[in-house]
Amino acid sequence: MGELRIQGLTAEVAGRQILNGVDLVVKSGEVHAVMGPNGAGKSTLSHVLMGKPGYTVTGGSVTIDGVDLLTLPTYERAKAGLFLAMQYPVEVPGVSLEELLTEALSALGRDASVVHTTVAAEAERIGLATRLLDRPVNVDLSGGEKKRNETMQLAVLRPKFAILDELDSGLDVDALRACSRRVEAATTEFNLGVLAITHYSRLLEELKPDVVHILAQGRIVSSGGPELADELERTGYAEWVEEEAPAAADPFADPFA
Amino acid sequence: MSSPQWLVDRRSAAVHTDQFAMPSSEEEVWRYSRVADVDLSQWAIVSDRSEGVPAEAAALLDSLGHLAGTVVVRNGAVVASRLDEALVAKGVYVGSLVDGPDAQNSLGVVADGGPDVFGRLNDANFLDGVLVHVPAGVTVEAPIAIIDWIDIDGSAVYPRLVVRVGADADVRVLDWHGSADVAAFVSPLVELDVDRAGRLSYGNVQLRGPRVWQIASQVSRVLNDGTLTASHAGLGCDYGRMRTDCELIGRGATGNLSAVYFGTGSQTLDFRTFQHHAAPDTNSNLLFKGAVGGQSRSIYTGLIRVEKDARGTNAFQTNRNLKLSDTAWAESVPNLEIETNDVKCSHASTVGPVDEEQVFYLESRGVPTEIAERLIVAGFFDEVLEEFPVAAAVPLIAAAIDERLDAGVNS
Repeated sequence: MGELRIQGLTAEVAGRQILNGVDLVVKSGEVHAVMGPNGAGKSTLSHVLMGKPGYTVTGGSVTIDGVDLLTLPTYERAKAGLFLAMQYPVEVPGVSLEELLTEALSALGRDASVVHTTVAAEAERIGLATRLLDRPVNVDLSGGEKKRNETMQLAVLRPKFAILDELDSGLDVDALRACSRRVEAATTEFNLGVLAITHYSRLLEELKPDVVHILAQGRIVSSGGPELADELERTGYAEWVEEEAPAAADPFADPFA
Repeated sequence: MSSPQWLVDRRSAAVHTDQFAMPSSEEEVWRYSRVADVDLSQWAIVSDRSEGVPAEAAALLDSLGHLAGTVVVRNGAVVASRLDEALVAKGVYVGSLVDGPDAQNSLGVVADGGPDVFGRLNDANFLDGVLVHVPAGVTVEAPIAIIDWIDIDGSAVYPRLVVRVGADADVRVLDWHGSADVAAFVSPLVELDVDRAGRLSYGNVQLRGPRVWQIASQVSRVLNDGTLTASHAGLGCDYGRMRTDCELIGRGATGNLSAVYFGTGSQTLDFRTFQHHAAPDTNSNLLFKGAVGGQSRSIYTGLIRVEKDARGTNAFQTNRNLKLSDTAWAESVPNLEIETNDVKCSHASTVGPVDEEQVFYLESRGVPTEIAERLIVAGFFDEVLEEFPVAAAVPLIAAAIDERLDAGVNS
């Protein structure tokens, strides 16, 4: 049984503190939802965990099964078992998905010779047209295709823990269902632990959370069972947003969210 | 072999009418260049004709698959040429210029004297020259390949190539510039002549050795509804310069110009382009993509010129540069000069490091930083290489790029 352990994590971007001490423990096979209002630091949390340039960790620790992630470069974090499904998957012209996954599997010390068949099978499972597989990564893909693509890569790479950064944003109902079902299945298939970061609760209809956390002002302010998500659906985030201290702006956050 | 009298006269005219004064890097078209370091007295013009096909050239031709015709030029002398019999019967010619059809009128047909002093030097000093001639209406299915090889140390060589594509004719030509590891000064002049509705796809690979200085000029002329696609891969040389002058002089003419270049070590790669729209409804599309590593430098300056009569023109110019090390340097200066309103024109240029977001994306899947950057750099060239006129040359270009990446480019 593995665990992703986040303790007292503080981080800043451009000299401005966004995370104010995040504490979270996700165990293998569990689904944790992190919900919160805009500007709460949701995307910052996902970026800091994966080691995206532009953020400075000022305190705390993040470990997978005792391995300290914060000292590692991004690709070593992936090797340690972390995966980030990005809110805005980046277009990488000239690099095909198959090239990417072949290099990724090789670097992870896995058999890359199966990549073609594995990718084809996973793509079919998640409803991603196989004609997209030879194309450069994410180039000219629709919003829904990009998210299916992220989820498909997750399934091929089989990490220990996956952060889903607003996987549901901009997703139509069919794609949302396909993605969330695939992740849900992964929690039993390969015991995937999930940290699902989302603003809305519709992702959680198919992807059943064991624990729901509310992130506000850069820290976890409340944790509970799935009923907490239902409650948020009814009441919104008003309770968690302080009038006098507007949430700090994350320069990497979606300006249209 | 003695030259015909017209050629002797032409050469001596070129010699006598010009003092061969070197241009100054004060001139815009030579700005940032290394022309000030060119000392012609340092190089000996090759006058003895080389013989025999170098093994490297033979191996190259073998690796290119089926070719309709081939020419091997060694130190300026045509040492071998071949053309499929069926094409000979159709009046196609591939070989030494002076033996070709209408030789006297073909030489200088597009670039009489060339655009600068190096063109005139070529006029005065070229040894054989190569002519590719495709008569009107003839389609040449397989590519024609020319291997231009230099292997005399200390030599000055002036390769000359004239490609004439008749009305509604169609041909693909690969012009491979290679060399042994010699120090040499090479100044090729290439003339591309596309008649009405003709289609010429010309791919030029510059993979000379690291001690070669090359100052090349490619001048093209496209008549009504003709299409020229000219692609360049600039990889070799200590100093490698190519000037491209594309003259769209017939209504509906199209010029597609593209290049990839990759500088490492202390190389300088230097590109000057001119897209000249002199007739209505002409189209030009230019895409030059380069990477500089080590302490290498690249220069791109381009001008789109649209004449008053050239209404309905579409002209695009894009130059993108990846800077792979702190000590590498890339300059990009696009320019427009438009004298009519009825045009669609754009230019774009960028110089920057490998995109951090792209690297992060690949890394987040477990791909180590170095491999991620490599994939992105190799992929950066894809959109140009995919359209390279002779597909069989693409793996060779890609291998040369890989070799440079293997050697390390970040410092």
